[in-house]
Amino acid sequence: MKDMVEGYTTPDGRQIGGVLMELKNITLRFGGVVAIKDISFDIREGEIRAIIGPNGAGKSSMLNVISGFYVPTEGEVWFHGQKRPAMRPYQVARLGIARTFQNIALFDGMSVLDNIMTGRLTLMKSGLLTQAMWWGKAAAEEDEHREKVEKIIDFLEIQNIRKTPVGRLPYGLKKRVELARALAAEPKILLLDEPMAGMNVEEKEDMCRFILDVNDEFGTTTVLIEHDMGVVMDLSDRVVVMDYGRKIGDGPPDEVRNNQDVIDAYLGVAHE
Amino acid sequence: MADHGVAERSAQSIPALLAHNVERLGNRPAYREKEFGIWQSWTWAEAADEIRAMAMGFLSLGVERGDHIAIIGRNRPAHYWAMVAAQMCGAVPVPLYQDAVAEEMAYVLDHCGARFVVCGDQEQVDKVVEVEDRIHHIQHVMYTDKRGMRKYDHARMNALEDIIAEGKAGHFRYEGEIEKRVAELNYDSTCVMLYTSGTTGKPKGVVLSNRNIIETAKNSAAFDHLGPDEDVLAYLPMAWVGDFIFSIGQAMVAGFCVNCPESPETMMTDLREIGPTYFFAPPRIFETMLTNVMIRMEDAGDLKHGLFKHFMEFAKGTGEEYGMPRYRVQRSKPTLRRRLRWAYRFSMGIGFAVETMVENAVRLAFVRLRHPMEHRKFFKAKGPLLNIYPQPLRDYFNYRTGDVTIYAPLKNTLGLSRIRVAYTAGEAIGPEIFEFYRSLGINLKQLYGQTEASVFITQQPDGQVRADTVGVPSPGVEVKIADNGEVFYRSPGTFVEYYNNPESTASTKDAEGWVATGDAGFFEEGTGHLRIIDRAKDVGKMADGRLFAPKYVENKLKFYPNILEAVVFGADRDRCTAFINIDLTAVGNWAERNNIAYASYQELAGHPRVYEMIREHIDEVNASVAQDPMLSGCQIHRFLVLHKELDADDGEMTRTRKVRRNVIAEKFADLIGALYDGSTSIYTETEVTYEDGRKGAIKATLRIEDATVAPEAQPNREAAA
Repeated sequence: MKDMVEGYTTPDGRQIGGVLMELKNITLRFGGVVAIKDISFDIREGEIRAIIGPNGAGKSSMLNVISGFYVPTEGEVWFHGQKRPAMRPYQVARLGIARTFQNIALFDGMSVLDNIMTGRLTLMKSGLLTQAMWWGKAAAEEDEHREKVEKIIDFLEIQNIRKTPVGRLPYGLKKRVELARALAAEPKILLLDEPMAGMNVEEKEDMCRFILDVNDEFGTTTVLIEHDMGVVMDLSDRVVVMDYGRKIGDGPPDEVRNNQDVIDAYLGVAHE
Repeated sequence: MADHGVAERSAQSIPALLAHNVERLGNRPAYREKEFGIWQSWTWAEAADEIRAMAMGFLSLGVERGDHIAIIGRNRPAHYWAMVAAQMCGAVPVPLYQDAVAEEMAYVLDHCGARFVVCGDQEQVDKVVEVEDRIHHIQHVMYTDKRGMRKYDHARMNALEDIIAEGKAGHFRYEGEIEKRVAELNYDSTCVMLYTSGTTGKPKGVVLSNRNIIETAKNSAAFDHLGPDEDVLAYLPMAWVGDFIFSIGQAMVAGFCVNCPESPETMMTDLREIGPTYFFAPPRIFETMLTNVMIRMEDAGDLKHGLFKHFMEFAKGTGEEYGMPRYRVQRSKPTLRRRLRWAYRFSMGIGFAVETMVENAVRLAFVRLRHPMEHRKFFKAKGPLLNIYPQPLRDYFNYRTGDVTIYAPLKNTLGLSRIRVAYTAGEAIGPEIFEFYRSLGINLKQLYGQTEASVFITQQPDGQVRADTVGVPSPGVEVKIADNGEVFYRSPGTFVEYYNNPESTASTKDAEGWVATGDAGFFEEGTGHLRIIDRAKDVGKMADGRLFAPKYVENKLKFYPNILEAVVFGADRDRCTAFINIDLTAVGNWAERNNIAYASYQELAGHPRVYEMIREHIDEVNASVAQDPMLSGCQIHRFLVLHKELDADDGEMTRTRKVRRNVIAEKFADLIGALYDGSTSIYTETEVTYEDGRKGAIKATLRIEDATVAPEAQPNREAAA
């Protein structure tokens, strides 16, 4: 219990806080298919938590459970020390959980700036009508939001594509825009679904730097799914390893690396 | 002079000019920078306050007179302020190239003995930290961008804004000291130290005094009538002398606004948003802009493409006359003589129009008399209505039409709408590129300069602009040509010395103050324009004593997109020959369009039609070289297309893509021999180094062809001898 409140210190000297979200005995079934089987782990404030595993292990389903897109068949999600009831995804978003998608989900026809502005949606107070009229409070509010968005643009170094329609951007930049949009929501937990899939080495390095910087600068708790083991081992503070919907390992990267189950899962052993 | 805001004689240092500008232009913008998507601006008064506070902050760190403060970062107002603040403390600013690797940076930091370093961001700080254990004199590192800096050891490191705050807080303590140190500055104190890029050997620190910078800035600002209402975009490396002259020297003297882009990648957008009136860019930038325009025009619809082609063709002859911005000198109150001239021209225009209309009316009347029923069959007014005007007026109208439909929108897209004066320098610019911009009505000119001269040696006056010269000597600059053709100059801008390097100083600058440029050139008879032909050490003599300038011919060849590189031989020979390297992209594209199949670079290079095309290019170059009495001996008699690209990995070029003549002469001695012994083909084997370090050999049989030699204008052997 003491550990729950106090947290720990990472090897590079960052102080990780108490438990922000706890997943208790989550099971997720689609008809007869069991995607997640009785998984429990926690996410602490300020840490970078990775979920890894072979294809079809249930990583993305896990992320969807966290983001409220799937309601677990069994088990509980505790957030900020309270049990989270079944919610619509937008309600979860309002709680401060933002995400990026494995296959980019941006508005292709809109500019980068507008796309990122949509990330502020949950934080906008004025109603649809006043916003449409762009009158009174709404105008002042937009300025405020724009300022925040510009800071994120500056942070992610995408000033040069600010006004470019997203559809015209290369893949790597789209990923970065998606990260920007997620950041614009000022999330408490940032969920990244394969942020580095399909990138070249240089783009990967950039992305890594941004993820670390985001964590460092804003103290955002980050949960990421990634296939690139090098990236995961470098970035994350603690790793959850999944295989066939079960959790087979959990702990700091070094510990996970030496876990026999994990090695078996990745190198392959015959399943009886 | 006073009209153009050129500072008073009394201001003998940059801080003094700054104070003068605050008095004169206090509330006009002095600096702008785009941050968070908005152009933030500082007036002269605000900027002066910041600079003063920064200078006091420097004092609180213990900056002494004569200290060197290194500044590494992209163009930002804070970095320009740091340079002026350093001067206020009696210290010397040393801007460094921000893309230099840690090793190069270490050399310069060590050589100038910098005790303080101002870094732009974490990347630069990292480089300094990396070399810090070797260079013990670095006492304090400051940084402008706080991002990612939290984890560093801050014992000897601070954000620049904290230094400014420190200065503001302690201003009672430091006010007197600053006043004293600023008052000590005079024309002979060092203004800035700039390192040469060091293509040959180690970089040298060029010391420039206040006299050098301010006199040069005054002269050049007056030359182009620069005033407080100019806007410049500061995007060139801060360590380059040009940026210092434009963004600090001339900006302080003329009092204009320096605009800093948001990031290097947004330069083109920012250029468009600011629309500078005074602009400098190396030829490469103009080339890239033109290529982008051409590519986009290829994709445009037929109407746009047609209009573009028609009007760009039309602009070629007329842009020079009808498109140029009014030169500021004519903006002064018109004299009676000029008013009369306008009135005369105007009435002549009207007169011609009226006369033509009357003439047509009279002829119509006569035709009607003779053929009352069918006069239309026998009489047609010549062409459309425009044709009744005289040719110049018609051209003028046409050009205006082009301006509305093509030129103005195009200039707007490029961000060059407001350009009054633009310069290019550094290397030769292709005549077509040059003409393209000129015909759009952009006053693009060439200048010739050096770090050691505080940039300006020669420049082109308005109205005397050509692609092949670099202009007349700048005001206050004396230029002479030595017997071997090397250009020497002497000017108020001539540098004081190379820092801690008296031998180099002595070998470059003689006792009378003449400085060798290392370039060979000559003054054109009649116009007095200087033409640079080559590096002096590459210029030689042919067997019959005529001047041999390989680079001059090679540049002409390289202006053709199909030719990537050319190497011309002919020193101590009776005629010139050349190696040609084709540009695989351009020639490959051409081959595709012409259904020429090829399997490799080598095959394409040896293709008869490629040879044919290259020969046409060479013939054209020969014809143009023949026009030049000085260099007509450099026509290419025979050539071959090389079977491999000249490459830095094989030592044939430097890393900056300059041809290494001696290496090539040695390596391809067999080919050169064949060029001169009259054979039509030669078998050769060449060793190549692959990127991973392995070696291999290419075997090929190369054909050698003759080019057409044009008759020479008039050989002028006297001049060359």
